[in-house]
Amino acid sequence: MPEKRIVLKNCEVVDPESITTYMDRDGFQAWQKVLDEMTPEQVIEEVKASGLRGRGGAGFPCGLKWGLAREAPGDEKYVICNADEGEVGTFKDRYILENDPFTLIEGIAIAAYAVGAKRGYIYLRAEYYHLLDSLMKAIGQAREKGFLEYLDIDIHEGAGAYVCGEESALMDSIEGRRGEVRYRPPFPPTKGLWGKPTIINNVETLMNIPQIILNGADWFNQVGTERSKGTKVFSVSGDVEKPGVYELVLGSQLRELVMDLASAKKVKMVQVGGATGRIIPYAMIDTPLSFETILGAGAVTVFDESRDIIDVVYRSMEFLAEESCGKCAPCREGTEAMVEILERFSKGEGMEKDIGLLEELSNAMMLSSLCGLGQAAPIPVMDSLQYFGDDYESRIKQKQGGVVK
Amino acid sequence: MDKIQEETTFQGKNNENLLALLKRAQNKFGYVPEEFIAEVAQSLDISISEVYGVATFYSFLSTKPLGRNVIRICKSLPCFLKNCQMIIKAVEEELGIKPGETTLDGKFSFELTNCIGACDKAPAMLINNDMHGNLTPGKISQILKAYN
Repeated sequence: MPEKRIVLKNCEVVDPESITTYMDRDGFQAWQKVLDEMTPEQVIEEVKASGLRGRGGAGFPCGLKWGLAREAPGDEKYVICNADEGEVGTFKDRYILENDPFTLIEGIAIAAYAVGAKRGYIYLRAEYYHLLDSLMKAIGQAREKGFLEYLDIDIHEGAGAYVCGEESALMDSIEGRRGEVRYRPPFPPTKGLWGKPTIINNVETLMNIPQIILNGADWFNQVGTERSKGTKVFSVSGDVEKPGVYELVLGSQLRELVMDLASAKKVKMVQVGGATGRIIPYAMIDTPLSFETILGAGAVTVFDESRDIIDVVYRSMEFLAEESCGKCAPCREGTEAMVEILERFSKGEGMEKDIGLLEELSNAMMLSSLCGLGQAAPIPVMDSLQYFGDDYESRIKQKQGGVVK
Repeated sequence: MDKIQEETTFQGKNNENLLALLKRAQNKFGYVPEEFIAEVAQSLDISISEVYGVATFYSFLSTKPLGRNVIRICKSLPCFLKNCQMIIKAVEEELGIKPGETTLDGKFSFELTNCIGACDKAPAMLINNDMHGNLTPGKISQILKAYN
C-alpha cells in the first residue's frame, strides 16, 4: 500500500513561522466550517464515523473519547495535547512540531469546541524545549488572527520523565506533582485534570482532525483496514540507510516501510512500538502495520544481523526500570528483577530456571501493573524468548561453550 | 536567600506552579537548593517532602549543583546502534570527566540520558536545550567550544 500524506500534508510545504502560508493552503478552513455549519455533537459524530483511533499507542477511538467528555457534567473541561513523545525511537511529533504547528493548533481548537473546553494544554517534553519558541509564536499568530477567541492554549513544559507520556501521569505532572500513574476508573473524560472532564490526544491524532472535518468521515475511512482507518506516521531508525519519518496507509507491510522506504539491509529483526514494542523477526517482515497487528506509537527500530537480541532486550529493560514511576510494585520491582536476570544472560551466566522466572514475572506484570509501562514491559522479553529462544539457551551457564558475544 | 524568596513568590499559592518554580530555580541557580525547597513548601503551603518528591522525580531537575552547561548524551537503543559509546568517550576525553560529574571550572556537567527523540540523527545529544545530531567524535571539540 502506498505512502499517503494526511498528517504530514503541510510539512515542508508551509513555513512554520508564518500562519499565512498555512492559510494559503486550506489552513483554518476546517475551523471555519465547524463554526459556521456544525454543532459540537456533529463534530463528534464526524470524528466517530471517521474511525480515527488514538495515535499515541493505545488506539482508543477518538470520537468516543470526545463524546464521553462532552457528555460528562460540568462547565469546566480541558483539552490536552500530549507532546511528551518519550517512547524510545519515536520522533515523529518532533518532526511535526518543527514543520507544521498550525494544523495541530487547528486540531486542538476543534477538539476544544467539540468537548466544550475553554482551556487547552500542550504538554511538551523537556527534551523538546528547543521547539518552545516556535510553538509559542504559532499560537500567538493564531490568536492574532482570531482563531483562538474561545480557547486559551498553554504550553506546559515537562521536566524529563518518560512515564509522563502516560495520560494520568501527565495530568499529575501538570498539576505540579510527581508524574505518577493514577488508579482508573475514573477515566480522564469524566474525571481528569483537576478532577474535571479532560481529553488527552496525541499530537498525530489531532493533526488528522482538520482534514477529517474538511473532507468528511467517508473520505477518511476509505483508506486503511477494517479497524485501522487512515494513515500512520512512523519513525524509523537503527540499522537503515534512510532513517526518518514516513507516513503510510494503515495496513501497509512492515517490509515496505523498512526495506523499500528506509533501505534496510540484512535485517535480523525489527522492534515496533519502542522499548515495550513487539519484536518481529525477519521471517515475519510481511506483517501489516495496523491496530489489529502491530503498531504502538509508530517507533520502528531496525536491527541487522550483527545485533545481539539479549543485548537489545537487556538495554530496553534497563530503560524501563529507570523510567518506572515506582508507584506500583509489579512494575517497580518487576522491571528491576528482569534487569538482573537479563544481565545474567548477557554475561553468559543465565540459569536454567531463569527462563521460567522471566515468564512468571511477565505474567504478573502484565496482569497487575497500573499502567502500560509495566503491563507492556515484558512484551519484548516474551517475544525474544519465542523467536530467539536459542540465543537464551546458549547463554545458560551449564551450557557454556555457547557463544557469548 | 533574598533571591530565593523573590523566586518563590511567583504567582501565589497554587500547586500548578510548583514544577514551574522548581524549573526556574534550576535555570537560575543551576540546581534546586535545599533552602529553596523549604521556601517553596512554605509559600505554597505544602509539605517539604512533597516538594522534595517532585524535585527528585524529574531528570531535568537536580538537587545537587550542576555546571553552567549540561551535556546529555542519549544512550537509548537507536543511539546505541549508532555507536553513542564513541561520543561518550570523546566527551570524557575532551572534558576529563565521567558521566555524572562536573568539570572543576563549573563549565560543564555531563550526563547520560534516555531517548531525546533525535533517532533520525543518531548519535545525538542535548547541550542545555540545543539538540546536536549526527555526531562524530571529531565534531565534539568544536561543538563544546560554543558554550561558555
